[in-house]
Amino acid sequence: MKMLINGAERVVADALRGMAAAHPELRVDVDRRLVVRGDAPVEGKVGLVSGGGSGHEPLHAGFVGYGMLDAACCGEVFTSPVPDQMTQAAAAVHGGAGVLLIVKNYTGDVLNFDMAAELVEDEGIEVAKVVVQDDVAVTDSTFTAGRRGTGGTLFVEKLAGAAAQEGAPLAVVAEVARRAAEGSRSFGVALHGPTTPAKGSPTFDLPPDQLELGIGIHGEPGRERRAMLGAAEIADLTVDALLADYGPGPTGPLLCLTNGMGGTPLLELYGFHAEVVRALGARGITPARSLVGDYVTSLDMAGCSVSLCQVDDELLRLWDAPVSTPGLRRGR
Amino acid sequence: MAGQTTERDAAFVAAWLTASADAVRAEADRLTELDSAIGDADHGNNMRRGFTAVVAGLEKERQEATGGVLLLAGRTLVSTVGGASGPLFGTLLRRAGKALGEAERVTDAELKEALEAGVDAVAQLGGAALGDKTMLDALLPAVAELPDYAAAARAAEAGAKATIPLRAHKGRASYLGERSVGHEDPGAASAALLLGALFQVSR
Repeated sequence: MKMLINGAERVVADALRGMAAAHPELRVDVDRRLVVRGDAPVEGKVGLVSGGGSGHEPLHAGFVGYGMLDAACCGEVFTSPVPDQMTQAAAAVHGGAGVLLIVKNYTGDVLNFDMAAELVEDEGIEVAKVVVQDDVAVTDSTFTAGRRGTGGTLFVEKLAGAAAQEGAPLAVVAEVARRAAEGSRSFGVALHGPTTPAKGSPTFDLPPDQLELGIGIHGEPGRERRAMLGAAEIADLTVDALLADYGPGPTGPLLCLTNGMGGTPLLELYGFHAEVVRALGARGITPARSLVGDYVTSLDMAGCSVSLCQVDDELLRLWDAPVSTPGLRRGR
Repeated sequence: MAGQTTERDAAFVAAWLTASADAVRAEADRLTELDSAIGDADHGNNMRRGFTAVVAGLEKERQEATGGVLLLAGRTLVSTVGGASGPLFGTLLRRAGKALGEAERVTDAELKEALEAGVDAVAQLGGAALGDKTMLDALLPAVAELPDYAAAARAAEAGAKATIPLRAHKGRASYLGERSVGHEDPGAASAALLLGALFQVSR
């Protein structure tokens, strides 16, 4: 597979050099693989630190900026960053009001962030942690590492980021993050597996007439394969999987993210979003807000995920609050 | 075969880690291939990066204590590997290093005890047990065979192969459910490489 790279070992560092060149408002440490808000630490503001394996751009580094994250730690492709990066990030963004760590639920991310949280506390910095586990495709959580953190992470970072930007204290920001995480559900499908730079070929082979259901964002195969379906059928199946998981059904306003995995054109994605909204409508639900685009990707994987977040008026207000990051910008 | 009274020094421990690094480098593509079947196709690269850093670290900061070698190696893995493998393999070595402490020479029995402590710490950190299709499936039967290094290496290898029919209950492979069956666990394969290297330097 051809790639626009200088070599697999350099992919992450090269991307960070590019971010530094494109976004002078951010501090990019290419060696330590950290992206930090240029004005950090903001005095009296809770610092939001997230991070994870690279390959999901714009998540997380692309969400660093006003109204969202204060710092992102970039791991190797699909590999959690290490505790050193997280402690350095926390130190860089601590403005006296403590630090919130936003962690996607993967064994590696959780282990590394837990180690980091202990070290940060040892430095005398107050730390809270929220783990995002929104992927409804993982059904028997007792026999797995639990649900994966996927598209719902965007909701958590945006909502908690808005609360922190308004000056809310750590306990309140952490509570907003928890409510966002608990209200989020995601389900993804793949039409083609992603190609990691290290491997150079797709991490799973999907025949042209097959669809992979319940995929994650790391090129791990999904739970089930079926004959390829049309957009309307995929949307129905996705919406059913999401709504079934809310039990009695989501209450209150709903945020809807129709998210591209990196290799699906926006033309298809908007068409698919129309089907998602139609499918929701047929079940009596109108999303309060929609977002469509590539936000939580898996390299060049073709396919999409739908994330819903059940909110209240307060969270909806935080969703509408201004944000200015490379990956998400509005109202500012 | 090594006896209970054979003594090992820091150079021996360093030689083990260097041999492990050689084995990981030689097998990196196979590890990545295994990880591609049930994970995310990066295990070989991550382990190679970590063990390359371990060897570089040991050359730079020469350790006199047996425990010091393992502590440095464990810290290096935690700070360079990432993913779950960094904390898990790092903890294995760090905890074993803590058990050996400042001793410049240790017996094979003491080394066995230290590695047992390391394996216990891995089980605790990862919350996994024998049969969960993880590195423990290679490590647990192997440390039980120590100080017979040859038997330990064979047990680790057999343990890794024995993960093939198992269904993963931990880590990223667990998301596959039944589809994780039929593939060797990459973490167990790496653990077997470490035990193979230990046997190699013990001869």
